[in-house]
Amino acid sequence: MTNRMGAWRRREILAGLAATAGMLAAPAIVRAAPSGKPVKIGGTLSLTGFLAQTAVIHKIASEIMVEEINVRNGFLGRPVEFVLLDDQSKPDVARSLYEKLITVDKVDLIQGPYATAPILAAMGVAQRYGKVIIQNSMGIPKMQTYERAFPATPFGSEPDKTYPNVILDAMASLPTPPKSMVVLTSKFPSAQFMALGMKEQAEKRGVKVLMYLEYESGNRDFGAIAARIKEANPDFLWVGSLGLESNQVLESLRKLDYAPKNHFHLYPAPGPLALSPDGNNALCSTFLEPAEPFMSRPGVARIAGEFKEKATKANLPYTTIDAQAAGMVSQWQMLEAAVNGSGSLDDEKIAAWLKKNRVTTIYGSLRFDGPFNHGDASQLIKQVQDKEWRVVWPKEFAAPGVALKGA
Amino acid sequence: MPSATLLGQALISGVLAGGMYGLLALGLSLSWGLLRLVNLSHFALAFLAAYLTYELGTNYHVAPWWSAMLIVPAMFAMGLAQHWIFDKFKVNELASLLITFSFAIILEVAIQLYWTADYRRYETHYSTMSFKVGPFYIPVLELILCLVAGVLAWGTWLWLRKTYVGKALRAAAEDADIAAAYGVDHKKLAYLLSGMGAAYAGIAGTFIALIATLAPAQIWTWLGVVFAVVIIGRLGNPLGALFAGMLIGASESIAMAVLSPAWAPVVSFSLLIVILLWDPEWL
Repeated sequence: MTNRMGAWRRREILAGLAATAGMLAAPAIVRAAPSGKPVKIGGTLSLTGFLAQTAVIHKIASEIMVEEINVRNGFLGRPVEFVLLDDQSKPDVARSLYEKLITVDKVDLIQGPYATAPILAAMGVAQRYGKVIIQNSMGIPKMQTYERAFPATPFGSEPDKTYPNVILDAMASLPTPPKSMVVLTSKFPSAQFMALGMKEQAEKRGVKVLMYLEYESGNRDFGAIAARIKEANPDFLWVGSLGLESNQVLESLRKLDYAPKNHFHLYPAPGPLALSPDGNNALCSTFLEPAEPFMSRPGVARIAGEFKEKATKANLPYTTIDAQAAGMVSQWQMLEAAVNGSGSLDDEKIAAWLKKNRVTTIYGSLRFDGPFNHGDASQLIKQVQDKEWRVVWPKEFAAPGVALKGA
Repeated sequence: MPSATLLGQALISGVLAGGMYGLLALGLSLSWGLLRLVNLSHFALAFLAAYLTYELGTNYHVAPWWSAMLIVPAMFAMGLAQHWIFDKFKVNELASLLITFSFAIILEVAIQLYWTADYRRYETHYSTMSFKVGPFYIPVLELILCLVAGVLAWGTWLWLRKTYVGKALRAAAEDADIAAAYGVDHKKLAYLLSGMGAAYAGIAGTFIALIATLAPAQIWTWLGVVFAVVIIGRLGNPLGALFAGMLIGASESIAMAVLSPAWAPVVSFSLLIVILLWDPEWL
């Protein structure tokens, strides 16, 4: 990748960085208010159905970003209007709605939905109409084969290899590194994909995988699974969970008077796990948390404040911005940078600009010129400490005085 | 090979989880079996009760047993109101599926509007309590749930078999016209039964609030398995619903302990097919 970065390329990257950083940092007052016919951006979120807990976070992040963009210069001087529809957490509904957004509502641009299945459904429609689609939550990057699809989250192109190694590096840094582990995962495709990667990488690094267990997504009772974990008594429990499943596993373990020594959770509901009596020392991946050094990035403190305010108003029990909300923020930052950078609403030009330029997002500087339009992976590990998520790994991202805690 | 402790613990866990299946199936089985109404909104009513228990407990510090004293009669009233609609529009078995599905959707949206789609957890100090019997752990709340489900199932079974009202309800379910000829006012009894079904949903909801974390979409979590329980337990048979719930819960749990946990749903629905094909006399 690096040998492609000639002088011309460096200039473009610098121009992109300067443009996006400038937009984020400069006060709104110096910019003209956008005017004219609104630029319509269409998208769906799972406002109802089993993904609704996360979608509400993405909706708030979108509202903040549309307001921010309009306070700046909109898109090319025109105000931005977000046409948001509810895909009910169903890929088939997402597919129909994107078709409607493009052909009936005649939106100028689209934004990707949340979660792998709705994204794949929307991507098919985007491809048919040549639309750029930016998404922040497709857990299996190799499935993003459409050339105008871009990730807003720094998963990297092979998270099934990179993710487990970051986790195993963190575990290896403990005074007593785990020698055995249990991999427990939902059969939800993106979780299962990561679990298989975890098992493979752990075995490669000499950590004994005592059990690899899969359960159906939506499993109601974890009692028997908890009994199996307790009997195996691993040094490290890796849970490929979604939403509340982590809480259910930990509660079931507590009912058996057992607490896992070290435990990692893939896609948990961050609030409930942090606040759970069983959540202490739980580990999870992240790309950003509302603490230093992340809050020093341009605009992050302001966006975090706005998020808290809106989430409180929306009656959400957990009002702290996290990697989920940041994903949607990054998505809008990318679209804004690409529209203004390419000076066009034309999808072909926007896609071409994104492939050539870096974008400064809430996650830092992202590039899109790698396999499946992915750039570098920049996974961090966070841990529940005193009912709050704190970044603990790599060490340079941990706030002063915060360190990884092990069994 | 799994150890005896693991198998025993899985069995306990499964039977207790089956108590929830049985409790949820109770109201559904009665309305389907005796009123010929398939009430899909039963699950939404249970979740509405769960959210009300959460609300009263979290914001007003009302203990769940006191909340139940308010919620269960309110649910009974909702059951009556619902039946008034069935009665007014002469809803039949097939139409009831569609109408009650609509009720469930409306309730789900209403719950989401008020409590948002985010997860809600009613934290109590006793929610994960358990006690030890030999090498086995018995979760206290699940055990209480099972006992309550057992008392309700036995009580309802006795009521249907030993009282005039119960016998009249069964007679009307067999042949409403002949029952009416013997002076059975099927319409009034149907209101009573509808109210009871909704009240049972209210009781189940109180336990859901204590055991589970709430989200509006979880209304549908138990749908498939509870339908299987109702069918295996025979329509309108409260004891059958309870035993079928425990049978499915135990078989799912043993499958999780012995095979892969992912096999659990396959086991429960295979059991349903086997029992339907076998059609044993004793069931």
